[in-house]
Amino acid sequence: MAQTPGRILQQGYDIEALVKAGVKDIVLAVNYRPEVMVSVLKKTEEEFGINIHFSVETEPLGTAGPLALARDILGKDDSPFFVLNSDVTCVYPFESFRDFHLAHGNEGSIMVTKVAEPSAYGVVVTKPGSTVIDRFVEKPVEFVGNRINAGIYIFNPSVLDRIQLQPTSIEKEVFPAIAADGQLHSFDLPGFWMDVGQPKDYLSGTCLYLSHLTATHSPLLTDPKQNKWVYGGNVLVDPSAEIDPTAVIGPNVVIGPDAKIGPGVRLQRCVVLSNAVVRDHAWIANSIIGWNSNVGRWTRVENITVLGDDVTIKDELYVNGASVLPHKSISTSITEPRIVMCKLASLLA
Amino acid sequence: MSVTKGVILAGGPSKGTRMRPLTLDCPKPLLPIAGKPMIWHPLSALAKVPGLTEIIIIGFYEDSVMSSFIKESKREFPNIGISYLREYKALGTAGGLYHFRDSILRPPVPQNIFICNIDICSAYPFQEMMDLHSKHRGVGTIMGVNVKKETAVRYGCIVVDPETQQMLHYVEKPESWISNTVNGGIYLFDKSLFDEIKVAMDEKTARAAEDPLIKPDERLRLEQDVIVPLAAAKKMHVYQSRDFWRQIKTAASAVTASSLYLSRLQKTSPDFLAKPSSNIIPPVYIDSTATIDPSAKIGPNVAIGPGVVVGEGVRVKDAIILEGTTLEKHSCVLNSIVGANCTVGAWARVDGAPEPEQDVKGQISVTILATEVSLAPETLVRSCIVLPNKSLNRNSANEVLL
Repeated sequence: MAQTPGRILQQGYDIEALVKAGVKDIVLAVNYRPEVMVSVLKKTEEEFGINIHFSVETEPLGTAGPLALARDILGKDDSPFFVLNSDVTCVYPFESFRDFHLAHGNEGSIMVTKVAEPSAYGVVVTKPGSTVIDRFVEKPVEFVGNRINAGIYIFNPSVLDRIQLQPTSIEKEVFPAIAADGQLHSFDLPGFWMDVGQPKDYLSGTCLYLSHLTATHSPLLTDPKQNKWVYGGNVLVDPSAEIDPTAVIGPNVVIGPDAKIGPGVRLQRCVVLSNAVVRDHAWIANSIIGWNSNVGRWTRVENITVLGDDVTIKDELYVNGASVLPHKSISTSITEPRIVMCKLASLLA
Repeated sequence: MSVTKGVILAGGPSKGTRMRPLTLDCPKPLLPIAGKPMIWHPLSALAKVPGLTEIIIIGFYEDSVMSSFIKESKREFPNIGISYLREYKALGTAGGLYHFRDSILRPPVPQNIFICNIDICSAYPFQEMMDLHSKHRGVGTIMGVNVKKETAVRYGCIVVDPETQQMLHYVEKPESWISNTVNGGIYLFDKSLFDEIKVAMDEKTARAAEDPLIKPDERLRLEQDVIVPLAAAKKMHVYQSRDFWRQIKTAASAVTASSLYLSRLQKTSPDFLAKPSSNIIPPVYIDSTATIDPSAKIGPNVAIGPGVVVGEGVRVKDAIILEGTTLEKHSCVLNSIVGANCTVGAWARVDGAPEPEQDVKGQISVTILATEVSLAPETLVRSCIVLPNKSLNRNSANEVLL
């Protein structure tokens, strides 16, 4: 897999949120060192008063091996470190995650999120009435829980003693060992995103809910007879949203309070959260447009794209399956879904 | 003033293969670039040269293919003789010129002859070439252009004496880098060129007679067989152009060439282009028979052909839209060529990446829809080549759609 460190800093992780949580060193675990990034990194380092290190894998080391490779930085003192893995869609509560970890005092913590269909994932099972992880069940055939690994961890440096500098899976080899010692806790991602779980599940759940409203003739739904721009039904628009009459909306669309939908916009199977603006002639399908976001004119957004809070997508772009962090501005097309990109470990000072 | 003539080497149907699928229905010289057939650009530039009496187009196309263009050009440039001479046999560029020497040299006998290759786009600095040519009085002056070091070996490379502008060395597509100055495909020759071609022919025949391993080849190429020995004999000079230049080899390069010509037309003949407004971002060419909804936003770098219908809220940028095509409401066409009589449905998106500096094998940049392609509403076609008469109703990316 091509790893693109440039994008981590441009739109992958909210550096600011990490810095607020006390991060002083960031290790980018990559399989090549992009020389072109040096000046950008320098700027980021200066802006946030942090050190950014590259840890270059010369051979694939799995999901745990890169931690051993960065041992000198991660293990330089006793403070715990974050590990961020995979693409992300929101501001993670790094500070409360850190507080949670320090409070239980054990070796590691895993952030978990809820999904509707856990059978496709590895499920995290905790001991009754406790946050201590009991076991992991890979692709469960019967329901054991619906919390899955969100790909964000915090560890004490002692965990490095469990990892050899060789290809190692953090999920399959390291976690079960820490869990067996009763040293691994699960932390629920709080708020909206915990309920949302995976965006794909959120969208299908939304469709089911809208169909249910239609079946029960709910007055909450926008009436197609009175609003000519409703197409195909299952459309739920907050009365405070402004919809241009030349837009075509539906089926399966939810539009939040104070959102603005411009002329000639086409929306289907999507959720536009409060105060978002979708500008003229944009086309959106199968996506979530975050609060206060702005989608440019003639922009096409599709394929489970999720925009966080206050994201700006410039005019005429194509955004395919991207997850965009809050407060980001996107000015070039994202043509391929952004999947797991890069491992990033960071040290708490 | 001494008589000058112009020759345009138009090539033939087998030469346009890299321009497919566009050239399946339209011969390459007639492909609209910036609202005019590709061949019109060198032709109209030649027509402005003082003392130029005649333009001769040489190519392999059937006479019927070129006849209406020739007729129109004669109407546009009534004071200049314009004719098309068809080659029946592949004689090579120099061989073809020699074959038609009597037609080129017939009275009024030209002192100088401009020769232009069809597959380039340029500012055609004929006057500057003429000025240099009259100064040095060698056999020929070639237009040299500077390209990036990484790409130079794909062209005819020229080593120039920076003091005298004399050509010291010429290698067609060398294996290793020798110079950033390359053959721009425009030449100015003294009429003694034909004597030089004769010498080159005789030498080639003599070499073939001596060496049984050389396959008999009647083709005589202007670059390798004529210019190389002329350079060695210090009879060639180089006019180094700093103006825009691009090779038009692939269909994708037609979009770049169109943009370059449009920018030039904006300076030289602004009336030919669409009037800029809040929804027309120059440079844009719109044929007078096209229908454009006032809410559509067009430009920059767009050429729209005859009878095209552009609907409400449409966006077009960096694109060529050929004759008779319909772009339905809210559709968006970027970095693409949409062939004749296509239909792009409402909210559909035809999108490509800009032409890269260097082609990557197997990677499509600009999207090309050939003739009579129809794209269903709301579908996306990105970096694809779509062959004629295809109906698309699903999203496609990075594919050749047969």
